[in-house]
Amino acid sequence: MRYVDEYRDPQIAHALAGKVACMATRPWVLMEVCGGQTHTLMRYGIGDLLPKGIELVHGPGCPVCVTPLELIDQAIHIAGLPGVIFTSYGDMLRVPGSHCDLFQARARGADVRVVYSPMDALNIARENPAKKIVFFGVGFETTAPANAMAVWEARRQGIANFSMLVSHVLVPPAMRLILESPKNRVQGFIGPGHVCTIMGFREYQELADEFHVPIVVAGFEPVDLLEAISMLVAQLEEGRAEVENQYSRSVEYKGNIAAQRVMRDVFTVADRKWRGIGEIAQSGLVLRKEFAAHNAERVFQLESLFVEEPKECISALVLQGLKKPVDCPAFGKRCTPMSPLGAPMVSAEGACAAWYQYKRHA
Amino acid sequence: MNILGDDPAFRSGSVDFCGVRKTINLAFTPEVQPGDFVLVHVGFAISRIDGEEAARTFKYLEHIGALAEEGLAP
Repeated sequence: MRYVDEYRDPQIAHALAGKVACMATRPWVLMEVCGGQTHTLMRYGIGDLLPKGIELVHGPGCPVCVTPLELIDQAIHIAGLPGVIFTSYGDMLRVPGSHCDLFQARARGADVRVVYSPMDALNIARENPAKKIVFFGVGFETTAPANAMAVWEARRQGIANFSMLVSHVLVPPAMRLILESPKNRVQGFIGPGHVCTIMGFREYQELADEFHVPIVVAGFEPVDLLEAISMLVAQLEEGRAEVENQYSRSVEYKGNIAAQRVMRDVFTVADRKWRGIGEIAQSGLVLRKEFAAHNAERVFQLESLFVEEPKECISALVLQGLKKPVDCPAFGKRCTPMSPLGAPMVSAEGACAAWYQYKRHA
Repeated sequence: MNILGDDPAFRSGSVDFCGVRKTINLAFTPEVQPGDFVLVHVGFAISRIDGEEAARTFKYLEHIGALAEEGLAP
């Protein structure tokens, strides 16, 4: 497939890894923020190609993983109400709440449907006027414009039986939290290419300047990631801290203006709790007041919940790059992808789940 | 990719994913034309893949690979 296969060329990958080995005069700790990139790094064993001193740590960028337990519980509650069709991206269905997941809710009779796009949920609403259709709007900036468009269209077309349970998070505030921690080990970031396709990289410039940390916006194929690592090591060795764009075939400095406009019209920035980490100021998106009629929290008059997370889980430390999944005593024993204790074991893109799938036997 | 419909807000395109065709919303990529490559996320095209940028980057990457093959680079 064009623009994919060539970025999996093993010869180029090895050459890039060799370039990194030549440049690196001392150890460096790099973090990829995005779960999609975590998955590629693990799947292709990219860490093993690199010289020993280059350590890759995995960031909090899996939206499924960081959706708070409270919200999963609320989703399950809504899905179980009579007259509701609950729609979601497939990967949210097996995320455990405090008692069960949406798959189990469906097994008990709830009408839970997987959709490919929020616009499919809107179509279900149009076709089922007597039912209440709820879409679980989860994701980072990449998904926010699509979810915003569904709400915008629901209002424009007067589809009153459509609402959204929103759990949107933003990448830069999470990077800031990591950089502000006195225990921070991360010296360079692989930037999230799809998030930056939407948002551009102005906000990343601010982080690079403020914390003197290099950031390379990267794609999702092995060669993309190796090139980004090579660009980061070059910057670190030369004492530079700039934002560079490895993913220029998709990302522009200003991002996708049309997508940002819809996002801004429908959502506003608010404080948001992240599973495993806790509340991060101004790190999420909520629906604007004008769209209250399509806000599932209002429609179903949900009360705020507080659910305690399992104490044994060290996900907060894993998600900030302070511990590796294998440092956790529960990893692979009491915590597996089939029965996860915490956020990063939940989705295939989570650091613990990717580690479990690809490196458990290493 | 082929374009279906003319209304810019609801323009959609038929996108070929390695043989599987899907109808994709083009509201965020008004500039795309038939034959373009697009990056698709949850049913929306979120960028047009810039062929020139891709070719430029890839030429550089191939150059590194070729040098390594000849033993001229690490």
